[in-house]
Amino acid sequence: MYKEIFSKYEPTKDNLIYILHEIQDKHPQHYISEDAVDKVAEYLKVPANHIYGVLTFYTMYSTTPRGKNIIRLCESPPCYIKGTVNILRKLKALLDVEIGETTKDGHFTLELCACLGVCGNAPVMMINEDVYGDLTEEKVEDIIEKYRRAK
Amino acid sequence: MSLKRIDLLICCGSSCISAGALKIKEAFHRAIEDKGLTHEINIIETGCMGPCDYGPVLVIYPEGIFYKHVAIEDVEEIVSEHFIKGRPVTRLMLQDEEKTIRMQKEVPFYQKQIKVALENCGYINPESMDEYIATGGYEALGMALTTMDPQDAINIVKASGLRGRGGGGFPTHIKWQMVHDRQEKEKYIICNGDEGDPGAFMDRSLLEGDPHRVLEGMMIAAYSIGASQGFFYIRAEYPLAIKRIRQAIEQARSIGLMGQNIFGTDFCFEAEVRTGAGAFVCGEEMALIHSIEGERGNPTPKPPYPAVQGLWGKPTVVNNVETFANIPSIFVKGADWFANMGTETSKGTKVFALTGDVRNTGLVEVPMGITLRELIFEVGGGIINDRKFKAVQLGGPSGGCLTAEHLDVGVDYESLKARGAMMGSGGVIVMDERKCMVNVAKFFIEFCVEESCGKCSPCRIGLKQMHHIMERITSGNGREGDIDELLRLGESVRNLSLCGLGQTAPNPVLSTIRYFRDEYETHIRDKSCHANVCLDLMHFQIDKDRCIGCSLCSRKCPATCISGSREEKYTIHQVECIKCGNCFDVCPVKAIEKIPGVPEEVAAHKARKAAQKSDDLF
Repeated sequence: MYKEIFSKYEPTKDNLIYILHEIQDKHPQHYISEDAVDKVAEYLKVPANHIYGVLTFYTMYSTTPRGKNIIRLCESPPCYIKGTVNILRKLKALLDVEIGETTKDGHFTLELCACLGVCGNAPVMMINEDVYGDLTEEKVEDIIEKYRRAK
Repeated sequence: MSLKRIDLLICCGSSCISAGALKIKEAFHRAIEDKGLTHEINIIETGCMGPCDYGPVLVIYPEGIFYKHVAIEDVEEIVSEHFIKGRPVTRLMLQDEEKTIRMQKEVPFYQKQIKVALENCGYINPESMDEYIATGGYEALGMALTTMDPQDAINIVKASGLRGRGGGGFPTHIKWQMVHDRQEKEKYIICNGDEGDPGAFMDRSLLEGDPHRVLEGMMIAAYSIGASQGFFYIRAEYPLAIKRIRQAIEQARSIGLMGQNIFGTDFCFEAEVRTGAGAFVCGEEMALIHSIEGERGNPTPKPPYPAVQGLWGKPTVVNNVETFANIPSIFVKGADWFANMGTETSKGTKVFALTGDVRNTGLVEVPMGITLRELIFEVGGGIINDRKFKAVQLGGPSGGCLTAEHLDVGVDYESLKARGAMMGSGGVIVMDERKCMVNVAKFFIEFCVEESCGKCSPCRIGLKQMHHIMERITSGNGREGDIDELLRLGESVRNLSLCGLGQTAPNPVLSTIRYFRDEYETHIRDKSCHANVCLDLMHFQIDKDRCIGCSLCSRKCPATCISGSREEKYTIHQVECIKCGNCFDVCPVKAIEKIPGVPEEVAAHKARKAAQKSDDLF
């Protein structure tokens, strides 16, 4: 897998963010393993601690395994004003996880994120690359059910 | 743009997509095919039309009929009634006090707006370069390259009075001039699309809705400063924007508008997209530059400014998406035309994102200097359910809030700053009377604590302390002197932080103390939240006169703290109550009330626990 990804990018440091994104997206558990960090360090000829520095700085990267679907609930003020708290409570109850945790079946990871820029339809969440707006507790139930069925 | 009988424009901005616009588009394709109308009707996917609250939105030309809240079930009717029989569907039109509004141009939401940056947004297909060129696209670039030298181009921007739209409001031409005057051969131009301000989505809409315009603006800037390479830095949270800009770059390349000797001149230019990975601070220009270089997105002290030592140590201009989007119009229509709009010091128009408790949420573009009243009550249509307006937060977590007494203030860089708010990127979060300002301020501080990169201590430690005090106040443990401590800390963080994030982060707290000090005081002294938002400072109570004893609240209570019977009615046991609000939501007769303040039994319970804790220590 690494060879294929590396072949697309020159071994220069400015490609690091792209390489990390691609490694994470390609990994079935959507995370960047210790092994991956070593491989990238070797390819770019930079120390592994630099890779870790970058990796842990940005919120979208994970160093621990995650679920198949990543739910990112917007916690920004416009969504908060429109009732993110209730949506979060519903999601936690539906999935039986806390923030940052993955469901036992490995199907979902629940995360909070900064503004998704769809504030006109707050509250909003993003599952993988799809945005769902004007959330209500009932709507959330339907959406999660849809992803569950798509197993 | 086509020789078909009808143009059907479907808004496919992110908001409308989240409301199902893509499925509606598919349904139209199927329905039109079924009826054999494919040669008569053009289906065009456009960028954001603005009124996100009405989504999904359609506009049908030649008449310009405006449909809102369209659902898949409506597609058949629109096709058979409107397209075949020529009878527009009145049911889907906007109703404004008895009157039915048929045309897009009659919709009140658009009345005060002047579209410059958003000119094509919601009007053309953002994936088609031909449509962009058909509306005058790349004319400005051609004119600049073939009839002006770089200094002429900078002079035009100077005459227009354009200032950076990303927040600071720094005059654009000064940035360009500084880099233009540098002798280095290698220079860079960067488009800052790291729109992180909560409540702002104008950059996203522009990148998605009219990518060629942003690219054209960037190329004119590149020509002016002498750069031959440009970078779009776009948040990874905006996958569609990334896709559209990449596509625009490839399309431009395919007809020679990108690459060597553009328009037959010596100007050569290459652009590429770089993405972030989730870090608010990367909107700061030095942090952004480090992120492109493949480093942690930490800001570094200025000077040196990016104009001297920017990307890879070379002179660099970083401009916001909206700034670039204004450039082509300034060149085509003239600097005077642009400078005639707006106020003495703030020229042109500004795109705002209206969100919160306002009736028409969405994207609007209005002349600078418009009053908040016009913006919120005329363009925005006022507060939902005609509740009372309480405050408006301008400029996201870096900005401040303004109150009803400021409604007649004109919106421009200076007058907002003088009142403790700021333009920021243009996020306008409207709040009604039910909001607790202490809670809102705590929320903004929390955001900044999380997003602080941790490099400088005033921001890293100071904000954390401020958040700690805010936590204390909103959980009923506020102490005398907390307000003064917040002010003292806020001032220090503002004055001592390294970058814009820390320098502006205390603003929401400072401005809410300035305008809503009494709310802080009731939180601290009376342990009461009048808006019933801070859960530790309010409680739920059942009005026994209204309660019908249906037991629904008791059955829905996750803490099993509601007991009673049909005869005796129901009671909430305050000590066990977790204040989830389920009972309030389910009560069929609205017998459950939110009451400000801490009930006696809870206060006594808390005191007992505290005493016990101190006993345990000995």
